[in-house]
Amino acid sequence: MTVPVALEVVQAGPLALVEDLGRPGQAGIGVGRSGAADRGAFALGNRLVGNRETAAAVEITLGGFEAVARGGDLWFALTGAPAPVTMGGRQGAPRTLERLRDGQSLCLGTPAYGLRSYLAVRGGLDAAAVLGSRSTDVLSGLGPAPLSVGDTIDIGTDAADFPPIDHAPAPGRGDATVVLRVVRGPRDDWVEDADALVRTSWTISDRSNRIGMRLDGGSLPPATARADQQLPSEGAYRGAVQVPPGGEPVVFLADHPVTGGYPVVAVVVDADVDVAAQARPGEEVGFRWVRP
Amino acid sequence: MSEDTGPRLLAYGDRAVLVELSDAAAAVGWVDALRAATIKGIADLVPAARTVLVVGDGTVGIGALRRCLSEIEVAPERTLFTTDDAEVVEIGVRYDGPDLDDVAELTGMTRQQVVDTHTGATWRVAFGGFAPGFAYLVGGDDRLRVPRRETARTKVPAGAVGLAGEFSGIYPRESPGGWQLIGSTDKVMWDLERDPPALLRPGGAVRFVDAGASA
Repeated sequence: MTVPVALEVVQAGPLALVEDLGRPGQAGIGVGRSGAADRGAFALGNRLVGNRETAAAVEITLGGFEAVARGGDLWFALTGAPAPVTMGGRQGAPRTLERLRDGQSLCLGTPAYGLRSYLAVRGGLDAAAVLGSRSTDVLSGLGPAPLSVGDTIDIGTDAADFPPIDHAPAPGRGDATVVLRVVRGPRDDWVEDADALVRTSWTISDRSNRIGMRLDGGSLPPATARADQQLPSEGAYRGAVQVPPGGEPVVFLADHPVTGGYPVVAVVVDADVDVAAQARPGEEVGFRWVRP
Repeated sequence: MSEDTGPRLLAYGDRAVLVELSDAAAAVGWVDALRAATIKGIADLVPAARTVLVVGDGTVGIGALRRCLSEIEVAPERTLFTTDDAEVVEIGVRYDGPDLDDVAELTGMTRQQVVDTHTGATWRVAFGGFAPGFAYLVGGDDRLRVPRRETARTKVPAGAVGLAGEFSGIYPRESPGGWQLIGSTDKVMWDLERDPPALLRPGGAVRFVDAGASA
């Protein structure tokens, strides 16, 4: 057997996790889906390096990641938050198929905007799968441990043909506040005034993580008419805007709990959940009602 | 099923629908009917105490999914106790729980009657949650409905068998808990080395067996 090509972690940065498409269909036994927080950016990375869509990548929060190719050259692409990248000191481009030579160091700086970058390596990361997925779920603790200095990740064989393109154009990004589209309900009548969600300019709390984006700067007080009632726990899903008794909403992200006992007053449309996953603590965020 | 007793479909973004039913037993029946109807485009089902969250996989529009779900009919002859197509898991229990006397007093039964009532029913797994592998069981004798303990225990051992409200359940791992504990089992409820790791899954059936002191 030949020694597989591997990536050796030299710096992990604030948080570097192995993620893939997650564990769908297992909510009934209390296991959430998890997987990449920004699914679009993750999928684009796999496409650029010619991986199958199930291949695992590194999800890097706020850059600061450094790794060295061991045992051979490898191909990679960096998507999501555009962290500046160098390979052996040479500057690389975001959303572009790049080559890292054996022994060279891949170095990520801090992205100018966005929160999570995806490092897709041709062949995928060959971390141990749990319940059919290599994703780390920070809530349940399932999946590989967060990457740390000295870790070596083997590169797998989850690749197909290279795609006809080796670069994807940058999505447009205005400087305006992020506005997430939300569908009202199912439990909008459990807060006094659900419209306060779309009237308020919220600030993303630094207590946000992959479980949820917590919002400060306003409040959705419970409906007085339901003061003596308790909502039985019900299923939750990515994008749900849950309001605990304190009134400060939480937007559920990839590692949200499978069920929750606080009312979900609105749900972010699926396409905008990726946008939410890239919004940084300290930034402002608004909401806009849409029909499903 | 008449209009007013049918499930209520609530909007849940553009990928999911929250189906609201009268109680956990009705939710189990509805999930059975949904599974039998083999509707396309469903990525995940999250049954809970009064609701079932149906998550679409994005291949079918939410309007079309909603229409399909509104047409699900629960056969009237089908009840919670129609368990022929459910796998029945037998669980041996030592009925020596610290709350067995309290449960006997709350229900007005003797300890032995509590045991006989608990082992006499075929329970159904309504939903999971709380911890991986924890199953909320319904379909027991109504006489076994007891409130949670007034104060929760900070430590309930793995394998503890409890009662709370309409539910019975088995703690998959040591955790805090407020259920009335009537016994314990050696069955492993959650094992990542096993496929599937959860012994009990929604829709499944459970029979408790009095294992005396030897379980």
